[in-house]
Amino acid sequence: MSRQALLCALGLAAAVIYPLVAPNYLINIGMMVFFVAFIGQSWNIAGGFAGQTSFGHVVFFGTGAYTSTILQVTYGWNPWLAWPAAMLAGGIVGWVIAFLSFRAGLRGSYFALITLAFAEVFRILANSVPFTRGGLGMLIKADQRPINFQFKEPIWIYYIALALCVISLLIAWQLTRNRFGARLVAIRENEDAARALGIDVFAEKVKVLTLSGAMCAAGGTFYAQKYLYIDPSIAFGVDKSVEMLLVSMVGGAGTIFGPLIGSVALTAINEITRWLASVVPALKNVQPLSLVVYGIMLVLIVARLPDGLMGLFRRKPRHA
Amino acid sequence: MLDPQIIFAGVLNGLLAGGIYVLVAVGLTLIYGVLHIINFAHGSLLMLAMYAVFFLWRLIGIDPYVALPVVIAGAFVFGFVLYRLVIGRFSHGRDENILLITLGLSIVIDNVALLFFGGDTQTIDVPYAGSFVELGAAFLPLPKLISFGASLLICAILGLYMAKSDTGKAIRAVAKERQGARLVGIDVDNIFAISYGIGIACLGAAACLLMPSYYVTPTSGHAFVLVAFTIVVLGGMGSFIGAAVGGFIIGITEALGGLFLGEQLGQIGISLIFILILLLKPTGLFGSKA
Repeated sequence: MSRQALLCALGLAAAVIYPLVAPNYLINIGMMVFFVAFIGQSWNIAGGFAGQTSFGHVVFFGTGAYTSTILQVTYGWNPWLAWPAAMLAGGIVGWVIAFLSFRAGLRGSYFALITLAFAEVFRILANSVPFTRGGLGMLIKADQRPINFQFKEPIWIYYIALALCVISLLIAWQLTRNRFGARLVAIRENEDAARALGIDVFAEKVKVLTLSGAMCAAGGTFYAQKYLYIDPSIAFGVDKSVEMLLVSMVGGAGTIFGPLIGSVALTAINEITRWLASVVPALKNVQPLSLVVYGIMLVLIVARLPDGLMGLFRRKPRHA
Repeated sequence: MLDPQIIFAGVLNGLLAGGIYVLVAVGLTLIYGVLHIINFAHGSLLMLAMYAVFFLWRLIGIDPYVALPVVIAGAFVFGFVLYRLVIGRFSHGRDENILLITLGLSIVIDNVALLFFGGDTQTIDVPYAGSFVELGAAFLPLPKLISFGASLLICAILGLYMAKSDTGKAIRAVAKERQGARLVGIDVDNIFAISYGIGIACLGAAACLLMPSYYVTPTSGHAFVLVAFTIVVLGGMGSFIGAAVGGFIIGITEALGGLFLGEQLGQIGISLIFILILLLKPTGLFGSKA
């Protein structure tokens, strides 16, 4: 345990020092790694720990992004104040979807598909209702001051992403230690057995999706503040749902560091294909290749390596 | 209030679109009914078949309707092999896992298509594309009318095949009770692969019927996947009659939604039906059990 603690401390120290020595381009990549790890962790808490696989997690991401952006642009809120409001909205959406779906007894694939449909409903609504400005999307006025949650130097947005990622790791770590987390794992492994043991399965599942929704919404606000623009297909598109699911599954669903490892792997594959495209002219449209690789990894991991890449790390010391 | 004649035309167009949806959904419901897997790659495989039709036309000049038998046969073989090599090996276990595997497959297929075919929208330019048939106030595009008839004919042939042929009977036996089917000497694994192949062959047929009046891009699959799932859930997972009725209901819903709510908001009807059916009556209209 102490060796693990030491590794974590070293990793954190490296992550803190990294932007002080890395060029801006690499700082941005690091920021994306931690951001994707964070939203991946929000998926992992529901999909990995509690086994409630969602195909439409982007519904929370978009809810967060739109809530803070609308409060800011239309009602003049400060983005730092809009941030908790966005999390609240994400939590409420999570609660409502969970309440409806789990009350109807949906499980497994059916739950995955209904989340996909909810995300689609939100995307279409964001495309159609006036207060989101429809397909035009919403621009946040650029005014690069920390009080506006906008920064001139990429290092600050990097540190915020790092902080989010660390907080999400701490939440996941707590889930491996407290009774709530233990109940979630019991539900994942065998829902009927968990119920027979006296666990209020419905309440626990609603709770975890509320938590997950609030976290994911926080990521939505972060994204909107980083790029200062959102539209319905960014905020509620299938791609983000898949990204969250992929990094968790590939890294290791239901493990603390799974989403972070998955995010590092996804980014590495992305950068390698981008580099290939720049070096070999014949491969200039090679960008989709990274997702091909990732799709194959998903199939292999689901079939052969249920703990994802984390499983590779973990098995060695145990059998050594 | 809209003119009843416009609504009538809308309903007719919806029925025509529904004809193709039936074919796509029948494939999906067959795979679910026999294998008990939710084939999330269904839309992506349809997209792939549409590209096959497109390239047959572009490179060799084969008319989509003439290509029908070739594409159906090719799609069957593709599905059969895909099941044998990938899906069959992994398809026993938690159902979310199988869903994730077919999701992985669809990611691979979509991006391979993007890699090789580029992101451009491709259409087939057939001489009869602009022909219309006048029916009262409605002008119905000839390709859609042909597709509608052909689609129903193919569904009828498939239904007959399932009811009368030995393979069809074996498929139904496996769908009902796979252990019992194994005991009476049916090669269950082979039936699984054949069923998956037939499901994909339906997509091949749908692709031929769609291309004269539709377009294809690597993301075309997305447009159909939720529609197909909605139809199957609405009709009842695994039910053929359900897929047929559901296809028409969804086709009309889509047409009327577009008419009353506009192009953007009109799409919401399908997703809402999907959610409401799952929440209120997960067995669908004709399903036996959840």
